[in-house]
Amino acid sequence: MEIMVCVKRVPDPAENEIGVAPGGQDILRDDLVYGVNEWDNYAVEEALRIVEREGGSVTVVSVGAREQAEEVVRREMAMGAEQGLCLADPAFEGADGQGLAAILAAAVRRGSYDLVLTGALADDGAAQVGGMLAALLDWPYASLVNRIEVRVGAPLVVGREIEGGAQEVSEIDAPCVLSIQTGINEPRYVGIRGIRKVASAEIPVLGAAALGLDPSTLGARVRRLDYFVPPAGVGAEMLEGSVDEVAGKLVDLLKAKGGIK
Amino acid sequence: MSADVFVLAAHRAGQADDSALELLAAARALFPGCAPVALAIGAPGEVAAVGGQLAASFPEVWIAGSPELAYPNAELARPLLLKLLPPGARVLMVHDTFAMDLGPGLAVKLGAAYLPDLVGGAGTGGDTLQAVRTEFGGQVSAHVEADIRLGVVVTVRSGAFKAVAGSPGTVLDKSAEASGLRARRRFRELLQPEAGGIDITREEVLVSVGRGIGEQENLELVEDLAEAMGAAVSCSRPLVDARWLEKARQVGTSGQTVRPRIYLALGISGSFQHLGGLKGAPFLVAVNKNPKAPIFQAASVGVVADLLELVPVLTAKIKQGK
Repeated sequence: MEIMVCVKRVPDPAENEIGVAPGGQDILRDDLVYGVNEWDNYAVEEALRIVEREGGSVTVVSVGAREQAEEVVRREMAMGAEQGLCLADPAFEGADGQGLAAILAAAVRRGSYDLVLTGALADDGAAQVGGMLAALLDWPYASLVNRIEVRVGAPLVVGREIEGGAQEVSEIDAPCVLSIQTGINEPRYVGIRGIRKVASAEIPVLGAAALGLDPSTLGARVRRLDYFVPPAGVGAEMLEGSVDEVAGKLVDLLKAKGGIK
Repeated sequence: MSADVFVLAAHRAGQADDSALELLAAARALFPGCAPVALAIGAPGEVAAVGGQLAASFPEVWIAGSPELAYPNAELARPLLLKLLPPGARVLMVHDTFAMDLGPGLAVKLGAAYLPDLVGGAGTGGDTLQAVRTEFGGQVSAHVEADIRLGVVVTVRSGAFKAVAGSPGTVLDKSAEASGLRARRRFRELLQPEAGGIDITREEVLVSVGRGIGEQENLELVEDLAEAMGAAVSCSRPLVDARWLEKARQVGTSGQTVRPRIYLALGISGSFQHLGGLKGAPFLVAVNKNPKAPIFQAASVGVVADLLELVPVLTAKIKQGK
């Protein structure tokens, strides 16, 4: 199976407090720690497992400024993906979800893939690029996938995680696009050896011209006007003091509310 | 006035979901003066019943029934909607796992803009629509603007718009359009999550733990606290993804819906997916290192602290007091 996995470089949610820069045109980026979008990491792991079982190869692709896209593509190649691809062009800046999907669709059409995986969502929470990509390619799509079964000469079996944690099981014809939910697998650890192995691997960079894209068709229909801090609701009564003092206050509160049996 | 605002109504077992009235409110907020058409697709018998219910609140209801639509499959719904919807349609649906499956591709196929997971409206200028979304797990909000000259597909966060009352109307049966649908993805079965040894939905006091726990071995601290309190341990999604706790302990839209009296959220940021599983307005104590964590907006009492430092002290004090 030839599999393409689309990945995005994002601020790591576990490591960062996200604030709004003065003027609201961006978030505060100076101290942010970046990494591969968590969902995408599960998608790469799943692709690698499929290829380990069924044969084929995995190509990791990212859209973004060249060095930044390359950073995450290389990180995922260190997990074991054979090929990487960066889609970088000044014309891609400010692309909306449909623009990103169009850029990725052009890259998919250059190869002969059986399966394209994306993360189910990323930092903006829109959960949109996979579904848009499928529509542009006119391939079937399934979102929030937490199980993939590849069968020889038959449609894939996929599970979607829906409300309440139930799993909706379907058959889907290849080629198709699947957006991957976290928890589908346990992504492998990337060691220093893996990183060294791909440190000098060549990662092609393709721009609009190489992809056969007319930049005028990439105009964003949806744009962000500004960021702002959500208006504070009633909010919590904040307890302050030393750890000991705060713990004491919490015990009193929990006792008063009947929370300690 | 031509019909151009549509509300895709969710339903189950022949019952329209209450969310249709939230979508009505959203439609009125986003497109002032509109008279949205409610749209129900599904098995023939069910949509007939659902259509009747929706007609109590919408001036016009379209139903499209077909046996293939008995289970909601976005790959069938999308081509059907492409047949039903007029050019330039403005479509609203609740941001659930069906909409996430359907919406992005529908927008592409309609040639429309896509605005997912809206939490508020911010004005419309005829050709443009402004709205509010959240990013980075709810840590920041953003105003977004869409060019909607060719239509728009909007998904609305559940609970973001307060349900309103509508006025009654009539049902139009469009089922003729729903014949001969085929999809390259075919529904097989629905598997319920394993129950596990614990039922957190019955617990009155939950000590719930999230990503802030850091390492699996630290879970012991939380288990000790729960034991001292006589409470049960629950968790947010990352701990289940990491296989540190079983799925049956997960609180959230993709886990359990719980109604405890008291809820301790330890190292849980408070995404809307997590809070969506917490009902009944419990006394909510939040402990988080990040003062901007959205959980503090929902909490009754908050502490900005590292749970690894606070929890052992808390446990010791509770044990002392017994």
